[in-house]
Amino acid sequence: MAKPRDVLIDPLFNNNPIALQVLGICSALAVTTKMETSVVMAVAVVFVVAFSNLFISALRAMIPTSIRIIVQLTIIASLVIVVDQFLKAYLFDVSKQLSVFVGLIITNCIVMGRAEAFAMQNPPALSFIDGVGNGLGYGVLLLVVGSVRELFGAGTYFGLPVFALAAEGGWYTPNGLMVLAPGAFFLIGLFIWALRTWKPEQIEKPEA
Amino acid sequence: MAEHYLSLAVKAIFVENMALAFFLGMCSFLAVSKKVETALGLGFAVVVVQTITVPMNNLIYHHLLTQGGLAWLHPSLAQYDLTFLGFLTYIGTIAAAVQIVEMILDRYAPALYTTLGIFLPLIAVNCAILGGSLFMVERGYTFPESVVFGFGSGAGWALAIIALAAIRERMRYSNVPEGLRGLGITFIITGLMAIGFMAFAGIQL
Amino acid sequence: MPQRSDAAYTIGFSAVVCVVCAVLVSSSAVALRDRQAVNIELDRRKNVLAAAGVLKDGESLSREEIERRFASFQVVAVDLRSGEEDPSFPIEGYDARRALADASASRPAPRNDAQILRVPNHGLVYKQLDAGGRLDLIVLPVEGKGLWSTLYGFLALGADLTTIRGLTYYQHGETPGLGGEVDNPRWKALWPGRSAFDEGGEPVIEVTRGRAGTVQEDPHRVDGLAGATLTSRGVTGMLQFWLGENGYGPYLERLKKEGVDGQTP
Repeated sequence: MAKPRDVLIDPLFNNNPIALQVLGICSALAVTTKMETSVVMAVAVVFVVAFSNLFISALRAMIPTSIRIIVQLTIIASLVIVVDQFLKAYLFDVSKQLSVFVGLIITNCIVMGRAEAFAMQNPPALSFIDGVGNGLGYGVLLLVVGSVRELFGAGTYFGLPVFALAAEGGWYTPNGLMVLAPGAFFLIGLFIWALRTWKPEQIEKPEA
Repeated sequence: MAEHYLSLAVKAIFVENMALAFFLGMCSFLAVSKKVETALGLGFAVVVVQTITVPMNNLIYHHLLTQGGLAWLHPSLAQYDLTFLGFLTYIGTIAAAVQIVEMILDRYAPALYTTLGIFLPLIAVNCAILGGSLFMVERGYTFPESVVFGFGSGAGWALAIIALAAIRERMRYSNVPEGLRGLGITFIITGLMAIGFMAFAGIQL
Repeated sequence: MPQRSDAAYTIGFSAVVCVVCAVLVSSSAVALRDRQAVNIELDRRKNVLAAAGVLKDGESLSREEIERRFASFQVVAVDLRSGEEDPSFPIEGYDARRALADASASRPAPRNDAQILRVPNHGLVYKQLDAGGRLDLIVLPVEGKGLWSTLYGFLALGADLTTIRGLTYYQHGETPGLGGEVDNPRWKALWPGRSAFDEGGEPVIEVTRGRAGTVQEDPHRVDGLAGATLTSRGVTGMLQFWLGENGYGPYLERLKKEGVDGQTP
């Protein structure tokens, strides 16, 4: 049985959902143009993965095999709808910016991936921690990419001006590539390169 | 009339490519693109599932969820607006469709079923599939338009993954730095492909 | 872990899961619905104020303050088919979006660049009168497709019914940082002073590719949104549609002809 501390810390860099498990990519590209949306998205994902892991793990002995996937999806989808409703009621401005992407948390493969890979085989408390850990691993990457994209793509950080923009008489001309999704692809590729140079055990074996 | 559907199909496949313009379905896109053979199989399965689910969700949206939609069952039900159940019902349709496709393949095309393995059930969480249904709702497509859009968007995604697989197979003979090998270089290739597809952006037919 | 798989259990289990999830989802939707509706209406009013320039960007107001400033606006129902005001139309609770689903309250739109499919028969416009009772500013609802979603907003025109006072979107699902920059105060600041119509009365205001000049140099064009071609195109399409003959065009022409003395016919 894995230790809770490892379960929490591993997904940050040793087993990062995006950089190693190849999960949760779509939203990482779309919401990282600004720090504000990156943070809210990361928090929402941590919440959903943690609680879906908790509920699915609690029910794991009872779920019939033939409808396993649909049951998992139903639980995940319900959690996401509740999160969406809360955002619309209490954080209206942010929910406006995130709109489509909150719904896409349902298909964020991290949630489903951890449900299948961990929650179905482990007790609820540990699964909850695993959910938090993976959510945080996802969040780490989001914050790194978001920081670079907002800083160099718009010259701001959390909406506050950092570089004086040329359009307003300053020196910085924003880098358009950072704002577009291909820019995020390149950044994630470079992040993976850096991560694997730091931890060579993650380097893939050359194909025979 | 046919021209409208043709332009819708071309838009869905090239101009608004699900994988390279909207960046949906990235997880399986990056993970399953190592060999052209598997990419072909997955692409085909995605086309089938998308062509089934988008029209089905269209029917569900118009006759079950939207306000006034339930009127066919009983006039008093017309006042209910159930659109907040959208996510749940669309994902339910998709999961059911994937399950059925899985069973059909297992029975009638066991070779393909074995090749695809785990990736067949993973289509259920492919955001391109859910995204397709959400776009259909957002744009208010009719039933025939949903069929065309379902097929087109699935075909566009399939086209993108097969192209990426072909490039990756070629890359095996290249000298990629160790840290970039595999996933890292794939991200960069996809970024370049996406820039290439941006050439289509904004084309109006 | 062994898992049960006989048919009766499967059906029973799925029924229980369905009921529990449905209850959870529905209760949160119902419990929060009023608060959400308040948020949406307050947001809409805030945006009418923002488009009109009454509310500065970044300014946040309490609910009472929004109500107070909104009190100087007159809500008028316009029949889009005839271009006339309809004083007998029940304004309270009218939602033009709901009307689009009703075949008797809306009609199909001709092909257009903003992919607008249907036009409601009645639209609500917001007039602000000055101290002398004359029309000072009019706010029109505009909507149309961007890249990911439909954008809903307000366009404010000055007393000459040509000069734009502001454009604000209160709801959209565009990509944050790209099409979502329609919310950027710096882009919104480019709109006041531009001219919506040319000398012939045609709506020519557009969001151009790249940079446009100042208000004096380029009265009919506004800077494009970097990396958001389709959103920009949608904005142009919807403005030209709603200012044109299928939208509020006939109503605006009627207002111009009858003189803007605030006396509704």
